[in-house]
Amino acid sequence: MKVKLRDPNIIMKLSRLGSFHQSKLSFLRSFLEEFKDWEYKKDLFDLDENGFGIAIYSFKKKDRVYSLICFANKINNDERSDRVIATKWDAAFTLYDGVPSKLDIERLKNEVPKQEVGRLSYKELTLSRANKSLRVFDHVVENLSSGKQPDLNILDKVGYLYRTTAVYGSGKFGLADRFRIKNREEINGPFRLEMMLVYLVRQFTFDQVNHVAKSKNPKIAVKLDNVICKNLGIGNSTGLGMAPFIVNHPTLLNNWILSREIALKKIREIKKVENSKVDLFKKSLRNSIKNITSWNTESKYQLKKINSLLTDVKKTIDFLEKKFSFDTEYPFNTIYLWLEKETCDECIEYIVSIMMEPFDEIVKPLVNQMSSEEEKYFNIPTNRTIEDLRNIIEKRYPNILKINFNKKENIKNFWFISKNKEEPRYSNRFEDKGYELEQPLAIARDIKKLYEELIISKNSLTIDKFLSKNSNLRHVVRRAFIIEKFPYAEIQDNTIAENVVPIDMLRLKLSFFGALKFDPRSDKWLRICMFQGAPLPEELRNYDQQWVYNF
Amino acid sequence: MKSLSEIETTSKRASKAAGYSWGIAEEVGIGVRTLELFGLEGIKNLNEYFKSRVHNKFENLDLINKNNQSYKFPYCPIIFGISFLDQVKTLEKFDKIRLSNIAYPLLVLPFLSRSSEIIGKKIHYKFDNHEFLLNFNVKVFSKIFNDKCPIIAKNVEIIFLENKDNFSEEDWKSLYKLSEETFVEESDSLKKSAAGAGLTDND
Repeated sequence: MKVKLRDPNIIMKLSRLGSFHQSKLSFLRSFLEEFKDWEYKKDLFDLDENGFGIAIYSFKKKDRVYSLICFANKINNDERSDRVIATKWDAAFTLYDGVPSKLDIERLKNEVPKQEVGRLSYKELTLSRANKSLRVFDHVVENLSSGKQPDLNILDKVGYLYRTTAVYGSGKFGLADRFRIKNREEINGPFRLEMMLVYLVRQFTFDQVNHVAKSKNPKIAVKLDNVICKNLGIGNSTGLGMAPFIVNHPTLLNNWILSREIALKKIREIKKVENSKVDLFKKSLRNSIKNITSWNTESKYQLKKINSLLTDVKKTIDFLEKKFSFDTEYPFNTIYLWLEKETCDECIEYIVSIMMEPFDEIVKPLVNQMSSEEEKYFNIPTNRTIEDLRNIIEKRYPNILKINFNKKENIKNFWFISKNKEEPRYSNRFEDKGYELEQPLAIARDIKKLYEELIISKNSLTIDKFLSKNSNLRHVVRRAFIIEKFPYAEIQDNTIAENVVPIDMLRLKLSFFGALKFDPRSDKWLRICMFQGAPLPEELRNYDQQWVYNF
Repeated sequence: MKSLSEIETTSKRASKAAGYSWGIAEEVGIGVRTLELFGLEGIKNLNEYFKSRVHNKFENLDLINKNNQSYKFPYCPIIFGISFLDQVKTLEKFDKIRLSNIAYPLLVLPFLSRSSEIIGKKIHYKFDNHEFLLNFNVKVFSKIFNDKCPIIAKNVEIIFLENKDNFSEEDWKSLYKLSEETFVEESDSLKKSAAGAGLTDND
């Protein structure tokens, strides 16, 4: 039986993309898989009794070494902020390509804590900073230094000791450009070095909290239990900075979504599923209930989604146990069709993710197809005709063409770059200043504008002639020709409409990172947790692949 | 040191701010990145060109011909470069394109380099005393490495080079003969057993 890939006009709607969950394809999971047999070391741990100083951690294999350099600094409580406008953080990090010399460390000591206003070099691969969850960190120090383990109820509510507020890579602030490292086998997957940084930062937070507790009371202090460490991740506060990324990298977005869609299609096409795989799927699904019930948020928007998810996941478990037999042919296809009919988007995508758990043979080859050589698709095929381009737009953007952009509610917002932080922002076109400096991120509106120009142009006219008179549409002409080849490259929604929820765009990207427990703090930023339940570095050689459902 | 990513982003944004559309600004960003990657003064030339646009006028050449003579003002290198890139499949039939009076001719180079890749032919770019060989957007050969590039090029030639060997048949034969010394003379038994296919086409 051949199953069709799901329709991009449905899957690429923001509400659907904003319901995506982590899976085996997620970058933090593929990072662990790639680096599981690398040699992990704590190379330097030079902190004072308050936990301030420098630490270095590394992963090594043959001649290749990646070193995380951590700078922990004292800051005042009133200086601590997760917002991008902050200028000081509890700790700052960079991932260094190789083994840093003393000179490198001295140089980086002055630059890394400054983050965006510091300068990095081609020897540094990623850059980040993080703040303590003060309540949790102090609680853990208090208890460990008194010889006790911390209160798990307090830890469960937060899920981490530190949260990062940005992770930069790919040439930002002088960091190494991707071209320098893209041919390395171990980096054959997006954001792999960013994931490495976050993973090693997590270990630093455990070592730091143990160190501070011991310094406080050397005779009595105990170490944070490894089981507790494992159940802690790294938090992250994420704002709008991520949203333009998925618009600006269409072929990359396509490759992420397409991999997920191919995995689902192949799983639905399996005629008979082995019992061991059925058991693994069912076990992961059952265990995952804990992930939903421990998902804390005050966001009404997210609470509603979590409640529907919990109800529908329970309904699915009930269906599988009482009304379904895996002896039927193409069992996952039947389950998928049932999900489409009976459950919400959030639940469909949740279970699609869990379906991948037993199928390494399908998922692993796809992991290597999630990067993109974007420059290959940059040239516009200018010898093609207006008719070609019009057909592409009619085929790829049917819902976008129905939008009336003369209505105020459909053009209410605009994207811009803030002067202070050079970061993307989103604002009301009719109330705020700056719409004349709008970024080219209103793809739906501009595609419609292009289409309106095409329908009054001669069919046989070639694109080079069209562009010589319509250079203002060049960016969307390029885009349409890219989308022709990459069906999942475009969000099929109007990203400047009144009713758009920007965090749906963040959620999409973060789900591919492997984030859990999305906690929207407004419609423009959210908190998440990464690596919660993940194996500790010493456990990497032999770890539970389903750790994400088993912590 | 600035990363190529920073160079591309800043050039793109500056081009938009200088009055070009986002689509053209994207092309300029990639172009300046290419120049800097090849070790040529992309940022310097773009910056000087944008400064000179404040007080000077430049002509846009949207439709390129075999011979192109600017009327009152020098040609804008960005619009010329983009027009060339877009029209290259038509232009290659001319073999040689001539134009006079273009500003900041170095800025045209990345567009010609990409054009070379699109049509699969090397391009010879000459202006005043400077020459470049553009090799399918993989390499640029030039002697300009440490020289300052002119602000205005009076006489420009762009030549499409036919795909042909740049060595003599004699040199090739000589080298081929040497390479044959790595081959094994096939005996009758090797002819039967060493190849994968059957001995007749009908078996």
